Amino acid sequence: MASKVIHAFYNDDDVLMHAVKKVKAAKHHIEEVYCPFPVHGLDKAMGLAPTRIAITSFMYGCVGLTVAIVMMNYIMIEDWPQDIGGKPSFSYLENMPAFVPIMFELTVFFAAHLMVITFYLRSRLWPFKEAENPDVRTTDDHFLMEIEIHDNEQELRDLLMDTGAVEINITEK
Amino acid sequence: MYTFSNRLKIASFILMAVGVLGIGIGFMAAPSTVEEAKAIVAGHGDGHGDAHAVAEGHGSEMEHGDALDASHDEHLLHQLQNKPWAALYVAAFFFFMIALGVLAFYAIQRAAQAGWSPLLFRVMEGITAYLVPGGIVVFAILALSVAHMNHLFVWMDPEVVAHDALLQGKAGFLNGTFFLIRAAVFLGGWILYREYSRKLSLAQDESNDDSNFKLNFRISAGFLVFYLITESMMSWDWIMSVDPHWFSTLFGWYIFASMFVSGITVIALVTIYLKARGYLPDVNDSHIHDLAKFMFGISIFWTYLWFSQFMLIWYSNIPEEVTYYVTRIADFNLPFFGMVAMNFLFPVLLLMNSDFKRTNWFVVMTGIVILAGHYMDIFNAIMPSTVGDQWYIGIPEIGSILFFTGFFIFFVFRALTKAPLQPKRNPFIEESKHFHY
Repeated sequence: MASKVIHAFYNDDDVLMHAVKKVKAAKHHIEEVYCPFPVHGLDKAMGLAPTRIAITSFMYGCVGLTVAIVMMNYIMIEDWPQDIGGKPSFSYLENMPAFVPIMFELTVFFAAHLMVITFYLRSRLWPFKEAENPDVRTTDDHFLMEIEIHDNEQELRDLLMDTGAVEINITEK
Repeated sequence: MYTFSNRLKIASFILMAVGVLGIGIGFMAAPSTVEEAKAIVAGHGDGHGDAHAVAEGHGSEMEHGDALDASHDEHLLHQLQNKPWAALYVAAFFFFMIALGVLAFYAIQRAAQAGWSPLLFRVMEGITAYLVPGGIVVFAILALSVAHMNHLFVWMDPEVVAHDALLQGKAGFLNGTFFLIRAAVFLGGWILYREYSRKLSLAQDESNDDSNFKLNFRISAGFLVFYLITESMMSWDWIMSVDPHWFSTLFGWYIFASMFVSGITVIALVTIYLKARGYLPDVNDSHIHDLAKFMFGISIFWTYLWFSQFMLIWYSNIPEEVTYYVTRIADFNLPFFGMVAMNFLFPVLLLMNSDFKRTNWFVVMTGIVILAGHYMDIFNAIMPSTVGDQWYIGIPEIGSILFFTGFFIFFVFRALTKAPLQPKRNPFIEESKHFHY
């Protein structure tokens, strides 16, 4: 079922922040806000659940660390022990300091790359994906707040005009 | 205006009194003859044999050949006589280093014209007030070492230098007079900047333009150049030279990381204390959060340097370099690796979560572990070459820590009473008040 949504445009992030707070105070559900750049504190103002990406990042880091340990143990200790600088070559633990840079790098590598990939998947972004923002101006200098209409078009329109919106459109979604 | 509460003042006096007692007992218990030293070691069981390994590290002792046993006993006597001195020196330097780390942090805030931190400037200025008394104590210990009151710095002993070609080569730099001149220049420069910047900071409150603020910005930027050079040289002089044969090119940075993280931790602790007492009303969670982020970040930075220094020396395994770590791993195993757990694992695991950085008791708890860990860092830097395997964290060590804790609290909190805790006319004060994460 197609639903009607109201699009309110703003041209300043401070005005937008106040508008979001006002709309939330009037107990309306904000569907989405489209911004040309990240607005600090907007997620809190909209009442979005805190991000869990940090937790995934920690787990990916642990995976990276494990991969580094297993990999170096296989390469340097089990498969082809190498005598470098007269260091004991049959013990992982005694060679461990030499592997610390690799452990560190792979931890960072896994945490960073997998976190970015997770972010793309979770945001449903992939190459050649059609843009979802309803108006091209949100990639330039306008902010757009989207609210679903439940037979309260006039009330929302007044409220949004009041918050300093520069333009208000009603569209089918 | 902050008033120094009587309870805290009395606590600081009690700490100092107990500390003096501990230090005194340490000096009384130190042996004055070889026989006494041997009796002490015999009383403690073994340890006699291991001291030999440390003696070898000094190289010079080897020259004696047949007289090795006698020189060995002499060496043991020196180690035991050094114990109370080294305990005093480690604690004196540790608390001085906190003030110096805060001074560097403060100068960076000034030079960066940071907007979040002006609310904390008076706290930082209070802590850096300790530079004067703390610096005098450290200088006095160094001067007494030059006057041969102790054997902390083996290169100061002309007898040792006479038999040591390496030390003769270094004598142009490592000699008592130049050593003290350098110490005076370092301390003089740091204290001069601190006093001048503090004066400008107070003048800014009463002024009607920003000229004091701008001048403070310029001298802070200049000071940082001076600081980075002198801090590095200070670490060679005051710490690295207890092991005059050994050297590491990143040692200055390493000590800097230690003092920086300890300093930031103390800023956080003092701020939380004052906040809990109802002062600093405009300091919010976000300020604590930022300090905790620095504690977290600089702890990792410290570990990075600690490991960089360790790994290169461990890997290349060159005898004259690797003795440094051989002694530490053989005789200081627990403090050496325990310190890494306290300075790295604890802060990383406890402060990783963003919410924990805003929880005061979490920051306090981690801060105490970090401070203890960095005390151990200085302990591990000084003790192996001054007391060798005769180390112990006993009455002289704890007494020195208590004394300097009290000494530090007394001077820092006394300085905090001298000016309003909130700067009035800093151009960034509004930004600092509204700082939020």
